Amino acid sequence: MLSKRIIACLDVRDGTVVKGVNFEGLRDAGDPAALARRYNAEGIDEIVILDVTATVEARQARAHTIAAVAREIFLPLAVGGGIRSEADAAAAIEAGADKVSLNTAALADPDLITSLARRYGSQAVIVAIDAKRQDDRFAVYGRSGMAETARDAVEWAREATSRGAGEILLTSIDRDGTKAGFDCELTAAVSDAVNIPVIASGGAGSFEHFAEVFTTGHADAALAASIFHFNEKSVSELKRFLNDAGVPVRM
Amino acid sequence: MIALVDYGAGNLTSVRKALAALGAGVWTPTVPGELARAHGIIVPGVGHFDTTRGLTGDWRSAIAATIADGTPLLGICVGLQWLFEGSVEAPGVAGLGVFAGVCQRVGGDDTLKVPHVGWNSLTMPRPSKLMAGVADGTQVYFTHSYAAPVVDDTVAVCDYGAPFSAAVERDRVSAVQFHPEKSGPAGLHILGNWLRDVV
Repeated sequence: MLSKRIIACLDVRDGTVVKGVNFEGLRDAGDPAALARRYNAEGIDEIVILDVTATVEARQARAHTIAAVAREIFLPLAVGGGIRSEADAAAAIEAGADKVSLNTAALADPDLITSLARRYGSQAVIVAIDAKRQDDRFAVYGRSGMAETARDAVEWAREATSRGAGEILLTSIDRDGTKAGFDCELTAAVSDAVNIPVIASGGAGSFEHFAEVFTTGHADAALAASIFHFNEKSVSELKRFLNDAGVPVRM
Repeated sequence: MIALVDYGAGNLTSVRKALAALGAGVWTPTVPGELARAHGIIVPGVGHFDTTRGLTGDWRSAIAATIADGTPLLGICVGLQWLFEGSVEAPGVAGLGVFAGVCQRVGGDDTLKVPHVGWNSLTMPRPSKLMAGVADGTQVYFTHSYAAPVVDDTVAVCDYGAPFSAAVERDRVSAVQFHPEKSGPAGLHILGNWLRDVV
């Protein structure tokens, strides 16, 4: 049976892992390679490096950070933040990434999804969607949550899928860093609308939150950062909890 | 030395890194003639079956010749699919045909998400060199939309909507649909099994 994946996210700025609340107020969480080593030992299924300020400061994800993390793990590694062109994606993949995650660039130029899927295969292309509740819909934001777009999260997920995306990384801006739980309503709406895996992100605060997003949220994978970074919870404890709760995970 | 065949199908960094961690020497041949001096050959692959067009002509005949000579070969992901007769993903592109059958889309009846991404468990229908010491239920990392049928040479089966070949082995030709270089300790163990057969 296909397991539900637990993914650790390393939000990197200037070579250091940082974490904020609602995309703001970043605090230092340590060295990316050291964190990757710890998560690997604890049984993490996958690691995502997001260069959180790359788009805003208009620079590429730093290849040496990717390479340093890739040296520590024999697991899937995705990289996002500042992937604006095929050349940026190629640089990240060359440095050791298996997948790239597109956000702002895909919004500005949806054809980039298709051209990367043609070159590397859909399995290498994640489209990241940052969504915020707005009345009865979920609005899509670009530029690290700073720029509202006219797009609806469910519609954009459908379009990204038809353009060749292999996975959707769905972040609730409202829940990001709050530890109030994943937005299961948002996750289920997107997951039910597309036939590719959806990674839920934003709001993990307890083991129950993960169980919830895999059941009522219909998520295929769940991503978290601060719950793991500050040694609040270990990945192995989380997996034991999920296994006992009947959620299929890799033990 | 292990020849890692680069036919433009993407990232070889992680395969190279995993082999280095196991102490194997690796090089990427630039012309097909170099394959003759390889102790073992790895045909990697990600993405679309169409990329195996890069393995036509001289590369194809050089790889077929080394197989005939008994040089150990390991196909990974699309590299496994290419060892079959072809794939419905790219009907105009012929596989090498070492194994019988055509690769089909995974997921069975359309209710499952495709690509099949993540950790899934293996069952071993019979003992093999490649899967020695790997217990039934061991999970490895998959990311693919097409897969090869279960055949007599299948040595590991995975099920996603329908059973498919997760690993095949005949004499010194082996292949895996999953990514051993991305499958943690289990994946390194399987790569190590293959390397033991490389003199």
